[in-house]
Amino acid sequence: MAATNVSATRMELTRLKKKLKTAVRGHKLLKDKRDELMKQFLDVVRENRELRARVEEALMRAHASFTVVSALMSSEMLEQSLMYPKQSVDLDMKFKNIMSVNVPEYQFKTQNADSGDVYPYGFATTSCELDGAVDALSSAFQDMLKLAQIEKTSQLLAEEIEKTRRRVNALEYVMIPETQEQIRRITMKLDENDRNTTIRLMKVKDMLLAQAIEEKRRADEEALKGYQEKIG
Amino acid sequence: MYKIAVLGDRDSVLGFKALGLDVYPAETVEEAKTILHRLASEDCAIVYLTEQLGVQMEEEIARYKDEMKPAIILIPGKDGSLGIGMANVTRAVERAVGADIL
Repeated sequence: MAATNVSATRMELTRLKKKLKTAVRGHKLLKDKRDELMKQFLDVVRENRELRARVEEALMRAHASFTVVSALMSSEMLEQSLMYPKQSVDLDMKFKNIMSVNVPEYQFKTQNADSGDVYPYGFATTSCELDGAVDALSSAFQDMLKLAQIEKTSQLLAEEIEKTRRRVNALEYVMIPETQEQIRRITMKLDENDRNTTIRLMKVKDMLLAQAIEEKRRADEEALKGYQEKIG
Repeated sequence: MYKIAVLGDRDSVLGFKALGLDVYPAETVEEAKTILHRLASEDCAIVYLTEQLGVQMEEEIARYKDEMKPAIILIPGKDGSLGIGMANVTRAVERAVGADIL
């Protein structure tokens, strides 16, 4: 049962009807938004899964190579070799708008254009396993970057879908039924008032009529009495 | 220009240095938390975090989940994947749809 603190007036009724109209329209729009978001989200999430599986596999391979390297080289040596990278990465972030959700889009530039030349060390003192390990990482990096973008997108979309879903449900199951109920109550109350007025008018009319008849009868009686006295 | 950071134990993150990423070795969870907060307040767009550390930092990760940056991406550390990264994808689906439909 809806809140009972609404006064049953025509003005209130007009206001509620307007509110209901807005709510229904908003509900439809939000529902459309939710459906479209969901469609986009499912695409993104599927890609996210694939990409994550690929990245995890590639990284595991790279880690395995690094384990071999650390067995072959001393950790100080290893650290020294990697300490001063040749390559450096600049990341540029742009925003893309999916159904009013801002999602990031990364673009990265490597300072060194030659992607094959990533080894920051001389080959004389290092093990050749290290080359393989660094190579494995560097080839996984493209996917890692893409994964970052996709995963963030899916998180942001999930949040927005959750919000939209709540709004749709609130409108559908609370706001709209409540307003409808209030409108029904006010309409009924107004109809009742209408009937009250009609009945009251009919009663008054009856009373007036009865009074008029009574007066007429009395006047007739008097006239009759006067007439009888005259002839009698 | 934004930075890409890699956060994890020393052995897991060392290799990323060769790629020119910013590497932040952290041995303890507390250390990692401090670094993560510092990175978030700086111009850092992506943080790759090892799952081994990530599993103990749920709260911190959740805090940045709905923010635009940084994107915290879990990667397997040198001890292998714990499956949390994949679980997070599933959780995102559950959050959006209400059930795991994939």
